[in-house]
Amino acid sequence: MTLHRIEIEVDGDVIAAEVEGRLTLGDFLRDRAGRTGVHLGCEHGVCGACTISFNGDAVRSCLMLAVQADGARIGTIQGLAEADGTLHPVQAAMQAEYGLQCGFCTPGVVMTLASVLEAEKTPSEERLRDVLSGHLCRCTGYQGMLRAAKSLAIQAQTAAGDA
Amino acid sequence: MAQTTAARFVGQRLPRKEDKRLLTGRGSYVADVSLPGMVELAFVRSQVARGKIRGIDIEAARAYPGVRAVLSAKDLDSLGAKCQILHGGMAPAPHVDLLARDNVRYVGEPIVMVIADSRYIAEDAAGLVFVDCTMEDPVITIDDARDGPPVHPDFPTNVADRNAPPENPALEAAFASAAHVVEATIRHQRQAHVPMETRGVVAARQGVDELLVHLACQSPHLSAHLLANTFNLPQANIRVIAKDVGGAFGLKVQPWREELCAVAAALLLNRPVKWIEDRMENLTSAGQAREQEIHCRLALDANARLLAADYDYACNIGAFPQGVDTNFLVEMFLPGPYHLPLYRCRNVNYYSNTVGQAAYRGPWAMESLARETMMELAARQIGITPEELRRRNLITAADQPFSMVTGAVIDRVTPRECFEAILEKVDMATFRVEQAEARKAGRYLGIGFSVYIEPTTMGFGVLSSEFAHIRVDPTGAIIANMGTHSQGHGTATTMAQVIADELGVEYDRVTVHEDDSSRGAFGAGAGGSRQAVAGGGAAIKASALLAAKIKTIAGHMLNANPEMISMQGGRITVEGEPEVSTTLERIAATAYADPDRLPPGMEPGLEAQYRFRSPMFVFSNAAHACICEVDGETGITRVLRWIAAEDCGVMINPSIVEGQIAGGVVQAIGGVLSEEISYDAMGNPTAVTFKDYVIPSAHDVPQIEYIHLVTPSTSDGGFKGVGEGGAIVGPPALVNAVADALAPFGGRCYDLPLTPSRLLAIIDGGEG
Ligand code: FES
Ligand code: FES
Repeated sequence: MTLHRIEIEVDGDVIAAEVEGRLTLGDFLRDRAGRTGVHLGCEHGVCGACTISFNGDAVRSCLMLAVQADGARIGTIQGLAEADGTLHPVQAAMQAEYGLQCGFCTPGVVMTLASVLEAEKTPSEERLRDVLSGHLCRCTGYQGMLRAAKSLAIQAQTAAGDA
Repeated sequence: MAQTTAARFVGQRLPRKEDKRLLTGRGSYVADVSLPGMVELAFVRSQVARGKIRGIDIEAARAYPGVRAVLSAKDLDSLGAKCQILHGGMAPAPHVDLLARDNVRYVGEPIVMVIADSRYIAEDAAGLVFVDCTMEDPVITIDDARDGPPVHPDFPTNVADRNAPPENPALEAAFASAAHVVEATIRHQRQAHVPMETRGVVAARQGVDELLVHLACQSPHLSAHLLANTFNLPQANIRVIAKDVGGAFGLKVQPWREELCAVAAALLLNRPVKWIEDRMENLTSAGQAREQEIHCRLALDANARLLAADYDYACNIGAFPQGVDTNFLVEMFLPGPYHLPLYRCRNVNYYSNTVGQAAYRGPWAMESLARETMMELAARQIGITPEELRRRNLITAADQPFSMVTGAVIDRVTPRECFEAILEKVDMATFRVEQAEARKAGRYLGIGFSVYIEPTTMGFGVLSSEFAHIRVDPTGAIIANMGTHSQGHGTATTMAQVIADELGVEYDRVTVHEDDSSRGAFGAGAGGSRQAVAGGGAAIKASALLAAKIKTIAGHMLNANPEMISMQGGRITVEGEPEVSTTLERIAATAYADPDRLPPGMEPGLEAQYRFRSPMFVFSNAAHACICEVDGETGITRVLRWIAAEDCGVMINPSIVEGQIAGGVVQAIGGVLSEEISYDAMGNPTAVTFKDYVIPSAHDVPQIEYIHLVTPSTSDGGFKGVGEGGAIVGPPALVNAVADALAPFGGRCYDLPLTPSRLLAIIDGGEG
């Protein structure tokens, strides 16, 4: 089995590894980079649990190979909060709105919302609701995460108005 | 006597203790566990639904680099493992081998284990195993099972259990003379639980004769108990850990064949073994649910009062179900919260060459689906409103305690009040005008209701009791070890709310542990909507014992009558003497480190435990309303509004209650509209990914509107269960809404799921 040398920046750490061509990025992040916060709910691109930030875009890590991420800058749920433990606004909104129960879908949901907010600055509530439809949750009936999307959209617009 | 337990936290929407780790990716699910020397497991599964194994060739797999073992049924014989059926009832259960031995009985049945250095290698090698298997015509549907060849050669037919009450002449007479007889057959498709985290296990021997099992389960204690029975090991030697579990809904009550196989492999190989189910395995070989049909007849008098109900129920339980007996709860609660003088229910369970059934959120939910859809069909047939029909038949507070025709006695329930509450919220007069206008424009709006009562808590068998051990540690922190367990329920939060109130301390001071069978003592965790009542009861009782000891010590230290001691926010004061006080920290320090200052004869330390006897049934109830629109062109149903009025007694945390209701309602939406586990005629599963098994997304759900009625139960704390309700009362509300929308076309839509093609067939072939 040929091994390929890759270097990926994960949550600010540069990780170098020799990997098989077939190793998925999701498995790499979990097993080789210690990012077990990246969850695998289907491994066929539907559930969204494995979503990470890939050079700033929300991407499903189960659908990519680790070798395709050579040289990329990846953000995971484990790098989102401040070093002192202060939650990212998306994490805080999800907690305040009871957006999670078992927490299995949560990392993907949070990464998608955080990536869209980062890229688009003032997305509308509709836009955030729309991107949530790419995530499956079996516990919550989506009620809390939809409320979180609403409050994040309002927060972003208020912040932009103040600026 | 001083008041020490004013409810300050119970009833509050406090933030969940579980959230911080889960939101930051620091949860610990079974797939996250990795042990030194660990190997991974992949299964070779049957590709035929029914046949005989003639031979298995494992040579190529065994020779594959990185493969550590290839095991089939006979390799496990030395362990003598017995896979027990938990919900046995009285019906005889088939013998369940961990791996198929001579016969295969469903597609997906595990035949061989391949254990290798990684799952990638294990799957490579599994593809090299050749199973030589004959192929026979399988028994797939209920109709096949009725007169098909027995799935289990040692049983004469496919009837797993049957309940056939004798003919009742009074019932037949009621039907013969009734002003109205309403009849329909309702079919519920097969569903899968699909927790977002699949099943999984990491098992490892520890020391000489101990076993460590990380397991996606609903109760570490119950799992340890079942593993001990299966492998005939002392339970004390088995430690099951389940820190975070990604949803379960009944699927993870019992470690089943695959999990048991991984444990067996760890015992045989002396190495840690990991098996994480992939989604295709989860959809094709984890326990499944529903697949029932019920023929219903109602008799009503000229005033639309129920005279009699007659049901004939059949369920396809698959080849190796986790429960064999006909579900007595279906039969017991079919009459629901209505006056019903005469009643009969016949039921039968059939084996088939499909995946076995496992309990799924509200396993008896067919009673509500059948009764509530029939009530609305009756209203349409008679020509009165569904509101009026229910008002004439629902029981009220004055009727309680109410003895159902089945013998169950229900009390402290509010079905009528909940129903009136949703009616007030929807404003029927306005809706009917809107609906009529919409119909003129070719748009089909509908409204549906459902009302039910739910037996929660289920204090029998392994669910009979629950346990709490609560201590104040030497620093004054409060630590509870409980037999509750969360797969999303948030019991570390709700139990802490209860304990903080009972002890008069801050919520932040309380930590609840429920993730490790080596801590605390037996408790059955999640199942039967039991944790608020059973766990809450144990928490209250143990807290009361602990509070009594704290007060005795405080009274001794402060020279006061213990009855006059009051505890609030960790401060301990004497009633009427505000200047005299101490703290829990000081009492704890004394109890552990200065025991000579304790009251004479008192044992040191500061802890208490209690085993709570759960009530058999604590009844909760609800009424739901759903408004939907069926697109006449596409057949697609959109849920526009959902109103839920429930009475689950005293709510510990209303946001968690609402989360449970919402989760159940959205599973109901999926079950009614899109989810379906299906097989082709040869028993091959045809829903094998999330593209074929379609669960609702955020696009498919309305904002749920809640109304909370609170009638405390008589159990400690006044709590009732709420975990399963939405999945029970939800489906008929939506089916009725679709039926109402399609009333111009006859509205008989009783074959679930109500897919666009089924609804278009009604629209195209209907009376309209
Ligand atoms: S695990 Fe990647 S989308 Fe489901
Ligand atoms: S919180 Fe459990 S799957 Fe979303």
